[in-house]
Amino acid sequence: MDASKQIKRLKPRYQSKEKWVIFGLAAPFLIIAFLFLYLPLYGWIYAFFGYNPPKIMTLAQAPYIGFKHFINLFTHPAYSKQFYNALKNTCVMGGLTIITSWLPMTFAILINELKAKKFKKVVQTVTTLPNFVSWTLVFAIAYVIFSGNGLMNDLQKLMNPSHAPINYLMNDNNTWLKMWLWQQWKWLGWNAIIYIAAISGIDQELYEAARVDGAGRFRLIWHITVPGLMMTYLVVLMLNAANFLSTGLEQYLLFSNPFNSSSTGKIVTLDLFTYYKAFPLSGMADFPFATAVGILKSIVGVALLFIINGISNLTRKESLV
Amino acid sequence: MTHDGKVITHKRKESMRSRLFTVMTYVLFILFALVCIYPFWYIFICTISSNALVNKGEIFLWPREIHFTNYSLIFNIEAMIPAALMSLYRTVLGTVCTTLVSVYMGYLFTKPMWGRKFWYRFIVITQYFSAGLIPTFLIYHNIGLTRSFWVYILPWLIIPFYIIVSKTYIESIPPSLEESAKVDGAGLLTSFFRIIFPLSMPIVATVAIWIAVAQWNSFYDTLMYNVNLGSNQYNTLQYVLYKYVSKTNTLLSEIRANASVNPDDIQKLMNPTTVQMTVAMIVTIPVLFVYPIFQKHFTKGIMLGAVKG
Repeated sequence: MDASKQIKRLKPRYQSKEKWVIFGLAAPFLIIAFLFLYLPLYGWIYAFFGYNPPKIMTLAQAPYIGFKHFINLFTHPAYSKQFYNALKNTCVMGGLTIITSWLPMTFAILINELKAKKFKKVVQTVTTLPNFVSWTLVFAIAYVIFSGNGLMNDLQKLMNPSHAPINYLMNDNNTWLKMWLWQQWKWLGWNAIIYIAAISGIDQELYEAARVDGAGRFRLIWHITVPGLMMTYLVVLMLNAANFLSTGLEQYLLFSNPFNSSSTGKIVTLDLFTYYKAFPLSGMADFPFATAVGILKSIVGVALLFIINGISNLTRKESLV
Repeated sequence: MTHDGKVITHKRKESMRSRLFTVMTYVLFILFALVCIYPFWYIFICTISSNALVNKGEIFLWPREIHFTNYSLIFNIEAMIPAALMSLYRTVLGTVCTTLVSVYMGYLFTKPMWGRKFWYRFIVITQYFSAGLIPTFLIYHNIGLTRSFWVYILPWLIIPFYIIVSKTYIESIPPSLEESAKVDGAGLLTSFFRIIFPLSMPIVATVAIWIAVAQWNSFYDTLMYNVNLGSNQYNTLQYVLYKYVSKTNTLLSEIRANASVNPDDIQKLMNPTTVQMTVAMIVTIPVLFVYPIFQKHFTKGIMLGAVKG
């Protein structure tokens, strides 16, 4: 802002020409942004036509079907059952993340209490490492440990030689909890970093003053550190809530198996649901239906963001986005 | 006297609790750190231990009968070298292109562009909505981006977050540095490449390292845009790893369902374990090496995230 004002003052004559030159330099990438970020919205049109490859290959040949899929979503017995299941799974897993969102903050407070600098650094390095490996690798790790010939079974065999191997990945038991645990494994250390930085930003004099007044260790944590992190926590919480529906695809796609991805399976989030509708393991692809689900998800997601941004404006007098 | 006594016992209690708390915290962090690192260690020792012992499930803490043939043999698998090259190409090209575009656009947005406010919002707002998985797929398919290498590069070019942090960084560079060059008659592009880009190295490094890891780890784009459409020539290492793991997984579940399978066949099917582990290790090693070296830049990224657009 300041820089542009300055230039305006310095060179009024070049101004009119230069602004077009700058726009021209940016234009190719603005076009790319349009192509890859805005044009996909045009794909929403597929929800309203009976596009059905390989039978009906183009939109022009496809009959207009209107809001059929949106209505089916809520009223058609087979569709709605699957849709509600996916919605439930997304909400439960999203909810689980939100109600445990204080964990990274606790992690940061606890690690801040440690005095051994080297130890602290090693722990931080090690616990943030899982954030940087792919979900594919996380699944490979899960496989190596929990599959029929994995580490878990090896250990059981060690204790009981007649143990029959069990493939712990091939079921739908506690799927919600397991997915949450893998996420914590991958992200807990990483998510704590923002709080660790926030702690180092807390005024040290506050601690000194409290200590002089005779406050012990736990009082310092409870009355200075925790309140000092509350704003950061609130922002993170609101961002989490706004992204509630965007669970991502990779983790659930990788961990899905015939048991947990059935029509009542607990791993099927909205994203995975649309993916399997468009790329089914067997049977016909249903692109229009998948698109309809995607549209609903996007619209609700934006609405959620607006609501939470409104809440943020009210409570923090500052907008979130 | 009594009052002092109370204070002292209180203090002693407090220090006891405090010490217990410290010990428990240490234990907690040691456990969690072990949980985080052990899987990597376990896979590593399995790949260098005798395959027979691994298959029997007798490797737990230390490698036994060390050998490195898994690593030399793995590249005999036909799909491995092309996949490794594909991962390398997309990581290198993707990182260079996205980093350049991010810093370039960040720079242009600090200049008095025609409709600057509008165009900046035009980019930033895309952080908050997406058309969705399937509409995006259909449009990319229609514009001919599927079954191609470019689906790994072009959609990554404009990532609003990196443009925002680059712009924020460039705004902090004193304008006088650029002004003096302008007096010498340098154009916008010259001043970008000669002055702004070299001065932006801290942000360039941070952005580049982030994109490189994301590119290297990316998986579902290969599956969705290429493999699902029958095109296997753009398979990446992540996809190969996925294929090995998921295939054995389903095969083993079939064995469980069908008890009449010949034990020899089971043995054959279980052999891929070390192959999987070796592929997993090859996929991880670059990250394991890069991460501690650039840890500073990684963590800087999350702090930059606190900067609003």
